[in-house]
Amino acid sequence: MAPPSVKQHVFAPWNDPDAKPLIRIEGVSKSFGDFSAVNKVDLDIYPGEFFSLLGASGCGKTTLLRMLAGFEIPSEGSISIDGVDMTDIPPYERPVNMMFQSYALFPHMTVEQNVAFGLKQDRMPKARIAERVKAVLDLVQMSSLAARKPQQLSGGQRQRVALARCLAKEPKVLLLDEPLAALDKKLREQTQLELVNIQDRVGITFVMVTHDQEEAMTMSARIGVMNAGSIEQVGTPVEIYEYPATTFVADFIGTANMFDGVVALDEQSHTVVDCQELDARLVVGHSSGVAVGAPVTVMVRPEKMMVQREPPEERVNCAHGVVSDIAYLGDISIYHVRLASGRKVQVALTNLRHTSEQRLTWDDEVYLTWHPANSLVLVQ
Amino acid sequence: MTNGLPLRPPHPQAPKMRASGGLRAFSRRWGRALVGLPPYAWLALFFLIPFLIVLKISFSETQAAVPPYQPLIGWAEDAVLQIRLNLGNYRYLFEDELYFDAYLNSLKIAGLSTLCCLLIGYPMAYAIARAPRTIRTPLLMLVVLPFWTSFLIRVYAWMGILKNEGLLNAFLLWTGLIDQPLQMLETDFAVYVGIVYSYLPFMVLPLYATLEKMDLSLLEAAADLGCRPFRAFRSVTLPLSIPGMIAGSMLVFIPAVGEFVIPDLLGGPDTLMIGRVLWSEFFDNRDWPVASAVAVAMLVLLVAPIMIFQHTQNKSGETS
Repeated sequence: MAPPSVKQHVFAPWNDPDAKPLIRIEGVSKSFGDFSAVNKVDLDIYPGEFFSLLGASGCGKTTLLRMLAGFEIPSEGSISIDGVDMTDIPPYERPVNMMFQSYALFPHMTVEQNVAFGLKQDRMPKARIAERVKAVLDLVQMSSLAARKPQQLSGGQRQRVALARCLAKEPKVLLLDEPLAALDKKLREQTQLELVNIQDRVGITFVMVTHDQEEAMTMSARIGVMNAGSIEQVGTPVEIYEYPATTFVADFIGTANMFDGVVALDEQSHTVVDCQELDARLVVGHSSGVAVGAPVTVMVRPEKMMVQREPPEERVNCAHGVVSDIAYLGDISIYHVRLASGRKVQVALTNLRHTSEQRLTWDDEVYLTWHPANSLVLVQ
Repeated sequence: MTNGLPLRPPHPQAPKMRASGGLRAFSRRWGRALVGLPPYAWLALFFLIPFLIVLKISFSETQAAVPPYQPLIGWAEDAVLQIRLNLGNYRYLFEDELYFDAYLNSLKIAGLSTLCCLLIGYPMAYAIARAPRTIRTPLLMLVVLPFWTSFLIRVYAWMGILKNEGLLNAFLLWTGLIDQPLQMLETDFAVYVGIVYSYLPFMVLPLYATLEKMDLSLLEAAADLGCRPFRAFRSVTLPLSIPGMIAGSMLVFIPAVGEFVIPDLLGGPDTLMIGRVLWSEFFDNRDWPVASAVAVAMLVLLVAPIMIFQHTQNKSGETS
């Protein structure tokens, strides 16, 4: 244990007003004909950061990444990397390298030649190229297969070669387009941490595009959640899960139970919301900053709810319903509770024992309660 | 019953199933062989057997008779079977320089024509493969369209274009670039024009096929790694289109070596090609055995290198 006097260093340059961003995206839009793929995006990414763009397919995350690489030119706005405006700089002169979803390894070259390709373009002396190729192949543990052709490698091995090829040029920014999508689940989980370790060792800024929220949360320092061409929220994994800024983010990241209501009272320390659907008052442990009478949504995560069989003394932060579905996942069980309104609410309970004394089963009548600090007001 | 078919009593289920099961087993065992048979039968009937006949004739001697060669197999006396293999026709090919020159010239004309087809066909195929998807099919149609007119008519059309009072000379005279008509017809130049024109589609189509299926993200990867567009073409697109270049070159080179119509109609009297030599041996000299020997020699000269090439290709394909 570190003595309390030594303050542990936390990597959070986005909180430091003096920190200079490496990538600055300002008012960038991109449209293809009538279709607007990216819409007025502002984003700063800091040196050494592992940043993820997370969103469903077609949300514009890949288009944004391709604009960073230079394969697409913004219709509006500007992108600068390390203080240099990238608008007129072609892909082959940008200080970024991209790892493609398909890996795009050259099929007519060996692993070694693939990795050396970028270095040869820089007219680096042969001896230094060989040295560098060996170093990055060692880093991704592919040295023993250097003489193979890509089609003789497995999916995981190709992924490593693709990574090595990007790292070889020591770019300022590494762009990763769904880098793990082609791997099976076990290998993907293993590779996630490996990729983070490599990023930590080489110190290059990574910008990753993914549709997999678990992947984004495991790997990233910060995540930008995208929806319909815009960034809905930028934050650390904890921030976007615990404090989603919009109902979209709340719903997209994890599972969210949301109750609509109107503000009855708004104070510095808490907000009271009248919820007709639950026939209850909902007390939320923070100020919502909106006027009394305004419509809002209260969000509670399934694992933050408690279940009891007896009605609570007050109808505050309480929902009443019947267990309609149970999903047993081993470590936890998800109970779907049908409310009087017919809507279903999800509750996650940790399976602490093989058989709990209070084990719930189908058609049990239950009351769900939660602590004011564990819910959140979302302004519509 | 109007169809006149005899009414059959309904079969019990089991025997019927056994019958169809037997048919299925039969088709499983022999179906594959039956499907594969027609092409082999076709090749045997129209390629292998005629070739064996030509081979046989090439070992016989001429005689003024019908057919104009002596039989290979005959009875010398009673019960003595005699096979006379005359190698003289082949020796003759080596003795007379005409044949060697004709072979060499055929290879030269076919080789240069193939090169021209490649140089013209590659940009065409590349442009079509990179054109917007909606206009690719019309463009390919345009490449294939000439086949809808008879080959012979198209060659005659070139005669009309290239002759001294033809379209091209008229145009050049009109522009004032020349004041005398150029002798183009009945030269090697006309033969090259004819072969390149006629065989260009055979180069464009396989090249298009390879270029079209190329993964374009490879070019993006090359650009991303610092490669300028022209270098990316040289180090990625070009090597990956080699299979198409080889296929197209084979399709042009092989028929061009044995080409007869184009050198006969467009070439001059001194345009020496093996196809023409063969023709004159056969129809003018009526020397079937020598003509057959020429044909067999041409086949060996062409097929042997191609088979060696394919063999090495397969080998390198297995190891990579």
